[in-house]
Amino acid sequence: MNLLLRLWRSSLGKKYVMAFTGIALFGFVIGHLVGNLQVFGNPDLINTYAHFLKSKPGLIWGARIGLLLMVSLHFAAAVTLTLANRAARPIPYAGGSAPGSTWKSRHAMVSGLVILAFVVYHLLHYTALVGGINGTGKDFSLLKTTLPGSNDVVPDVYAMMILGFKVWWVTAFYLIAQALLFLHLGHGLASMFQSLGLRNHTWWPRISAFARATSLVIFLGYASIPIAVLVGGMGSEYAQRALAQTSVNEAK
Amino acid sequence: MKVTLKVWRQKNAKAAGEFKTYTSPELNPNMSFLEMLDVLNEELSNRGEEPVAFDHDCREGICGTCALVINGTPHGPHKGVTTCQTYMRSFKDGDQLIIEPWRAGPFPIIKDLVCDRKSFDRIQQAGGFITVRTGSAPDANSIPVPKGNSDLAMDAAQCIGCGACVAACKNASAMLFVAAKVSHLGLMPQGQPERYRRVKAMVEKMDTEGFGACTVTGSCEAVCPKEISLDFIARLNRDYAVSLLKGEPKRLKGGGAG
Repeated sequence: MNLLLRLWRSSLGKKYVMAFTGIALFGFVIGHLVGNLQVFGNPDLINTYAHFLKSKPGLIWGARIGLLLMVSLHFAAAVTLTLANRAARPIPYAGGSAPGSTWKSRHAMVSGLVILAFVVYHLLHYTALVGGINGTGKDFSLLKTTLPGSNDVVPDVYAMMILGFKVWWVTAFYLIAQALLFLHLGHGLASMFQSLGLRNHTWWPRISAFARATSLVIFLGYASIPIAVLVGGMGSEYAQRALAQTSVNEAK
Repeated sequence: MKVTLKVWRQKNAKAAGEFKTYTSPELNPNMSFLEMLDVLNEELSNRGEEPVAFDHDCREGICGTCALVINGTPHGPHKGVTTCQTYMRSFKDGDQLIIEPWRAGPFPIIKDLVCDRKSFDRIQQAGGFITVRTGSAPDANSIPVPKGNSDLAMDAAQCIGCGACVAACKNASAMLFVAAKVSHLGLMPQGQPERYRRVKAMVEKMDTEGFGACTVTGSCEAVCPKEISLDFIARLNRDYAVSLLKGEPKRLKGGGAG
């Protein structure tokens, strides 16, 4: 316990917390991307995957509680460190500041806050299925389908994704958040190695290249989905049929 | 050549400061930046005005006393150079130069461009030393030091403690300074006995003095007149983590040789 308190009270210790929680959240971002990319397959593919997750409450609630803890710690450490950092420079410079630094390294807090706001919206949009905020005028919880080889009626996640991203401002917010995540990870993925002391002049160029390449792949992977829907017209016919089905469901 | 100078003037630690604009007298481009201020001060004295107070000592880039932020960059436009080794030929005739002191909570301003850097001394006193028997010099090569370690230790020992790292960092973090001192001693065999006590003491002193945390922006490395590398900050992070895991040494029951 003494060790944990000491960690939290030290600026270096809080950076270790930032790094470790960052690794966990990075793992989630990769896993979620792999899950989402199944939308490019047959609609049954992602619906089966979503049903699989939902049918394992231990797994999904374990992950949710773990992620909430990781986000809370990452956020709490970031906010307290930022406040201490601001207090350390009471009078700003008139002639410019932070020479030799990049925009993304100076704005990790801002990008992080926008990403957090997006995550809250995204959870209300697709997890809590709050009807009024999806911009389609339809309640996504009415979108149901049956999986091949079973009679279970399950949520039609594929149709939700298609209909959701057909709303231009939902896609715009999504892409802005992804662009900021790209910058946030471009800085953060490399910095976590530095904060944990895992760096020297041989490894630093490799670590930086890893951070740049990985953040770009993540951005392209996530951005490809709403762009395929909005610009490429992916899944339009399926979504129309699913939408027509909702009125039947409503009537029942 | 002539330049316009926007200089931070502050009567004392308590007074509020403000920028005052001066036009420099005719300058020789081969004057150092501090000589330019000497000439300005001479003119100010002749006019009966208070000269601009600024820190300076060796004027050959090795003592770490000079400390000016020139147009937002500590020690001016050149890499690996202190303010005193910056020359007026680096600027153009008619340029406007904004001259400010180091700005950080733990570096309170004493007057004009002079700030109090005793917080660095206190960090150093917390752990930046080794305990050795003083007296006659030990025999040469009585303690073997691997060449790689001695080179790295010398790189870290280049730090002159000027505080440009703090001045440049958006968080006013002293990580590069502390990292240089911790690495310099921690890489040498003579520094091993106190290695983990040292890193804890210096980091905790750094935090209580009110310096910010590292966000890996690289500003410190960019302005350091001795080009100390961010690698040393990673070494500091590593040593601190190890020291926390090692914990404090506990006395065993029973005592004696058993």
